[in-house]
Amino acid sequence: MEEILKVKNLFVELEGEKIIEDLSFVVKKGEILTILGPNGSGKTVLLKTLLGLIPFKKGKIVWKDQIKIGYLPQGLTPVKIKSLPLSVKDFFQLKQKNEKEIERVLNLVEIRSQILEKRLGHLSSGQFQRVLVAWVLIDNPDVLIFDEPTTGIDVGGEQTIYSLLYRFWKEKQATVILVTHDLNIVYKYSSNVLCLHKGSLCCYGKPQQILTPQSLEKLYGTEIKFYKHIH
Amino acid sequence: MSQFLLSLICGISIGIIAGYLGSLMLTKRMALIGGPLGHLALPGIALALFYQFNIFLGALLSIGIGAIFIWYLKVKTEISMEALVGLVFASGVALSFLILPIDKAEAALVGDISLITFFDLLLTIIITATLFLLVKKIYSKMILIEISEDLAQVEGVNVKKYNLLYLIAIALIVALEVKLVGGLMTVAMFIIPAASAQNISRNLKQYTRASTIVGSLSAFLGIIISRFTSFSAGPLIITVATLFFILTLIFKR
Repeated sequence: MEEILKVKNLFVELEGEKIIEDLSFVVKKGEILTILGPNGSGKTVLLKTLLGLIPFKKGKIVWKDQIKIGYLPQGLTPVKIKSLPLSVKDFFQLKQKNEKEIERVLNLVEIRSQILEKRLGHLSSGQFQRVLVAWVLIDNPDVLIFDEPTTGIDVGGEQTIYSLLYRFWKEKQATVILVTHDLNIVYKYSSNVLCLHKGSLCCYGKPQQILTPQSLEKLYGTEIKFYKHIH
Repeated sequence: MSQFLLSLICGISIGIIAGYLGSLMLTKRMALIGGPLGHLALPGIALALFYQFNIFLGALLSIGIGAIFIWYLKVKTEISMEALVGLVFASGVALSFLILPIDKAEAALVGDISLITFFDLLLTIIITATLFLLVKKIYSKMILIEISEDLAQVEGVNVKKYNLLYLIAIALIVALEVKLVGGLMTVAMFIIPAASAQNISRNLKQYTRASTIVGSLSAFLGIIISRFTSFSAGPLIITVATLFFILTLIFKR
């Protein structure tokens, strides 16, 4: 498979503090790469650096030419934009999309088009997150970068988001880079797992190899029980 | 052209653009920045009144110097923005009273539409028309920045550039507002129309329209009422806007 992204000896510093140290990895087309690590390990910084939102000190980040990236940042909630009189339709029109395109993508995330007239800040967390996913998917990106896309959503909603993403990934042959703390999701969907510990590569491989009590303890510094489900 | 007509056209133009831009200020949680900017303008207004040169230029000059001063302090020290704003607020007012005795400061503080000249009218129309087009162009990008700066940047929006354009637009309008409502109340012309619009709007189109309408209508009615009463136009414009706000509370969605 062709390489979509190549990261080599990456160093990132924020205000003099080392956040990412000597990180190298490759992402291939169609891969679902999960980035795992405790809070403060540099996951979000890594994603933002890959996106060019944060400058890096040393190393190389090479994306395949002409690649379209869709990004869902962490921590976007309806409460944050409650005061904004912005309807769901307005939100899509910020991207200059017509109704047909909007409808197609709302179908994809299983939301009825009646929602278009509602205010974005008045949606429930689950609906809001689905609208965000739709907003990202509407451009048909080749790569999806999602930073904890299910924070603040209940278990059912979480499952829905991931199965939607999975479906899009399958249909589009997209490449996904995902940060999540949900080990079940990691186990079920990832092709590869990259563990970050204090900004350095702590482990890398298939989820079956990584999600062992030993490596999880090494990563999180405490014993983690993870039960593999048999599907 | 009569003085009344001059001030009426100026007032309406400024009301439109202040309402329009105000709708962005309210959502950008930067609503209060218009206040300190107005106070920054005060020493310049005082100088202009004292030495009898154009108030707009005086205001703009001292806003510019003040903004650079704040920016410098922000970069060089760890003092919070709130504290810097407080510092600027007080020193701006103090400095202007030193330049201009308080019994002569009325025009600087609450505005005086009888000072509006034909040159001001031309200046106002050129600036407001240009800014209207500019704001229209950056509007959706500013909304995206408000939702999430990271998201906007990934969508190719140059956040720093747009924030700077936006600040320049605010500074220009504050400088225009000074003759109309004075240095003390500039912030109200941005905030009150937008807050009223927020009460009654469900989407962006309604919101910007309502804010623009409340802004221009307040200026129009304020100036009309001042012609037939002994009150000055500035406080009347703001009072009318406040009445609109109260009215929208009744129809709040």
